[in-house]
Amino acid sequence: MTSVGTDSPVDGILATASIVLSLLVAVWALVAAVRHRPPDRVQFVGLGVLELALLALSVLALVAVGGGDRPGEPGAFFGYLVTLVCLPPLAWVLARMEPTRWGSAIVCAVCLVAPVVVVRLQQTWEVLGG
Amino acid sequence: MVETRPARRATNTGPGRLLIAVYLLFAIAATSRAGLQIATKFDEAPVAYLLSGLAALVYIVAAVGLARAGHTGRRLALACCSVELVGVLAVGILSLADRELFPDETVWSQFGSGYGYIPLVLPVLGLVWLWHTRRDTA
Repeated sequence: MTSVGTDSPVDGILATASIVLSLLVAVWALVAAVRHRPPDRVQFVGLGVLELALLALSVLALVAVGGGDRPGEPGAFFGYLVTLVCLPPLAWVLARMEPTRWGSAIVCAVCLVAPVVVVRLQQTWEVLGG
Repeated sequence: MVETRPARRATNTGPGRLLIAVYLLFAIAATSRAGLQIATKFDEAPVAYLLSGLAALVYIVAAVGLARAGHTGRRLALACCSVELVGVLAVGILSLADRELFPDETVWSQFGSGYGYIPLVLPVLGLVWLWHTRRDTA
């Protein structure tokens, strides 16, 4: 464990909650896909809440940047940040277009990718160790 | 939308839409990564970064090809999936044989191990899907 000069804005309860929520929605969507069910209300609400959490996370990051903190790899960090907040809307739109089990599979796939991006976000913030 | 085709087995519905979603994700990942590498440190590993750029382009065109679903779309997707498969195998073998050639990771290095080997599986799935849907979209 390297000690970081400033606390990472993307490494707290909100980030953890986003990861857990995303994985929960992924599992729920996977069960729906296996049972031949189209995306249900739970999946869409889950995507909505996930998006709110990710937007809140982005605001935290931007506030930290506004306050003088800098990510270790700024280019990659903001790339991941923009990608991250686009993921739930992408899943939403594609799932709406595909009201079959495959729509649920899409939600599952995107919700498996989102946690990976959150972790990459944390790594690109901390790469210099402060 | 591209839903006007009455064909029962178009490449852009059902499992195909999931495939398009994954292709889109890879297009985003590869494009941003390559864009950043080319913009900030192109001199360090031009071959690897140009290759990342090419891979990104192929993913985008493949997604578009599958989504358009017509004759041309299928041709595009077929070409892209083939290029991807050859690319990921060639780069995978080369990156194992000669690490100097790709000092920085690309999507296709080590058969896409940095991306859970999905770059290796994706073109195969794409080709299987194109084969599976070949008849009804004549």
